[in-house]
Amino acid sequence: MLKLDRLAILFLAMFLVAGCATDGSGTGGESGADGVGGETSEDTSGVETGGLSDEEMMMKNPLEDPDSPLSQRIIYFEFDRSDIPQKYLDLLSKHAEYMIANPDMKVRLEGHADERGTREYNIGLGDRRAQSVRRILVFQGVDSDQVSTVSYGEERPQVEGSTEEAYAKNRRVEIVYLK
Amino acid sequence: MFRNAGLLILLLAVALPVQADITVKVTKGLGDAQPIAIVPFEFEAGEGPRDGKARPPLDVASVIASDLERSGRFKAFPREDMLEKPSTASDVQFQNWRVLGVDNVVVGKVRRTQGGYVIQFQLLDVFRGKQLLGYSIPVSERSLRRGAHEVSDLIYEELTGIRGAFSTRIAFVMAMKDGDTRRYQLVVADADGYNQSSILRSTSPIMSPVWSPDGRYLAYVSFENDAAEVFVQELATGEREKVSSRPGINGAPSFSPDGRKLALTLSSEPGNPDIWVMDLETKKSRRITRNAAIDTEPTWMPDGKSLLFTSDRGGGPQIYRVEVGSDRAERVTFEGAYNARASVSPDGKSITFVHQGRDGYNIAVMNLDTRAMQVLTDGGLDESPSFAPNGSMIIYATQVGRQGVLAATSTDGRVQQQLGVQEGDVREPAWSPYPPSRE
Repeated sequence: MLKLDRLAILFLAMFLVAGCATDGSGTGGESGADGVGGETSEDTSGVETGGLSDEEMMMKNPLEDPDSPLSQRIIYFEFDRSDIPQKYLDLLSKHAEYMIANPDMKVRLEGHADERGTREYNIGLGDRRAQSVRRILVFQGVDSDQVSTVSYGEERPQVEGSTEEAYAKNRRVEIVYLK
Repeated sequence: MFRNAGLLILLLAVALPVQADITVKVTKGLGDAQPIAIVPFEFEAGEGPRDGKARPPLDVASVIASDLERSGRFKAFPREDMLEKPSTASDVQFQNWRVLGVDNVVVGKVRRTQGGYVIQFQLLDVFRGKQLLGYSIPVSERSLRRGAHEVSDLIYEELTGIRGAFSTRIAFVMAMKDGDTRRYQLVVADADGYNQSSILRSTSPIMSPVWSPDGRYLAYVSFENDAAEVFVQELATGEREKVSSRPGINGAPSFSPDGRKLALTLSSEPGNPDIWVMDLETKKSRRITRNAAIDTEPTWMPDGKSLLFTSDRGGGPQIYRVEVGSDRAERVTFEGAYNARASVSPDGKSITFVHQGRDGYNIAVMNLDTRAMQVLTDGGLDESPSFAPNGSMIIYATQVGRQGVLAATSTDGRVQQQLGVQEGDVREPAWSPYPPSRE
C-alpha cells in the first residue's frame, strides 16, 4: 500500500510537471452559451495555473493514479438496458468506499444512450442508467447529497458512428469527480 | 433512402447569390407535378434613388420557381426553352405556352422605389387565356426575398386551394466538430433555408427547439450549466428566460395553443420523468402523468385540452393521449414496438412520429380517427418530424453518410426532398407557425 502511495505521488508530480492545465475539457466539457446580442467570447486560451499547498502535495490522490481502480470511471450498458452488468459491481464498490472516506467529494453521473430512437426518449434512457449507478452508490452508504446526475441522451457520443461497436461504447454512465 | 432513389434532381444549387450553402434535392416525386412557367421579372429602376443600381439584387422569378418546385406539386418550366419572356399579361401570346404544355404562366416586374421595391405579378391560366391573380407587393430594401416567398404563397393558394407556407420559417440545431470540441448552434432560417441566423451558440448540447404559437419565441433545452435546463427566448430581442431547472430532467418543451403554458418533461422524483404543465406567467407547474415509466415528448392537441406523449409504461415506447386534468392516459399507437415523439397536424386530424420497423427508425403518419398508419420514409435513422403550418409537408431530420441533414416529405409520402446544409450536423427541425399578422 505504501508503494502505491508513492506511485500516486509520483504520478501527481508528473501531472503537475506536464502543465496541469487540462482546462476542463473532456467529458465535463466547457460550458458557455451566448444568446444573440451577447458577445461571443471563445475562451480557447482561458488557462489558469496554480500550485498546490504542501498539505495537498502530501495527500495521496488515487483519482490521479492510472493504476487505481478509481481511474475506471465508465460503466457500459447492454442495448435498451439500465441494469448494471455484474462485472462493474466491484468497481462501483471501490468508488463508493472512496466517496464515503471523502465526504466532501462530489460526483456527477452522466448518463448516455446510443443514437437509435428519439432524442428526448434517449434522455430518459440515459437518466435511467445514471439513476442505476446512483442507487448502487447510495445503497453502499454514499451520502445522496454527494451524487448528482445528468442525462445527455445521445447528444454526446463517446464514439461517432452507426455501428454496433460504436453503440456499445455510447450506452454508458461516466463518473465525473467534481472536487 | 436517397441513395436508392435514382431520381436525383438538383434544383437549387445554381443561380443563388452569396449565401449558397443550402441545396434542395427532390429525391422522390414530381412525376405528376403541374408545369408552370415563371418568366424572369423585368426590373425598373423607376424613380428610386439614383444609386446606379440597374439590376435587382435578387432573381425574384428564380426564388418563386424554387419555392413552387419544393412543394412537389409544380414543375418549373426551364427558362432557356421559353419562346417569349413578357413582363405583363397583355404581351403574353398564349399559343406560345400552349404548344409547350405549360398550364400556368407567371409574369411580373420588380420596380425600385424610394423605400425599397414593388413586386408586381400576374398569374395566368394558359388554356383559358385569362388572368387568375394580379398583385403589387411593396417590400422594404432588405426584404425582397421575403416578398418573393409571399408571391409563391399567393400562387400556391390560388392553384391548390391550400394556403402557402413559403414565407414561414424553420428552426434547427446545428452541431459542428472543432477539434475535440463540439459546438452547437440554434439556427432560425426561412423555410427555404436562407437568411440563417444563429440565436444561440454553445459548447454544450442544445436540444428540442419549439416555436410559440405566435412565432415570436422559441423554447429549447440547453446543457450549458452541465444540467438540462429549459429556456424561452424572444427572437426579436435575443432576450431569454430560464423557465425550468429542477433537479433531473428538464426537457421536451411544447407551447400550449394559447401560448400561456408549457408542457415539458420533469423528473417527479429521481429517475421518474413525467409530463408536467407549467404556467409561463406564474412558473407554477402541475404534474400531468403519474407513472414510474419514462413519460416524455409531450405535444398539445390543437384544442389545448389534451396532450400526446411518449411512454414506455407498456414495455416499449408508444404514444399516449391524456386529457389535462385527468390522470387516465389512452394508448394511441399499437403497430410496431417503437413509436415516439408525436407531432400533431394543424387540423388535429393526424399525427406524425418516429416508427421503428424492419428498416430502422422512420417517419410515419397516422389518422387519429381511422388509426391507419403509413410509413413515409426509409432513411433508417429518421427523427424529429414536424408539420408545415399548412399541413401539406413534414420536415424531419435524416442522415446522409454520417451527416445529419434536413429533409421534407409530403404527407402522403409521394414527394421527398433533402435540404442540405453543407457544413455541420443538422438536426431537430421545427417548422414555425404562420405569423399572426396575416390573419
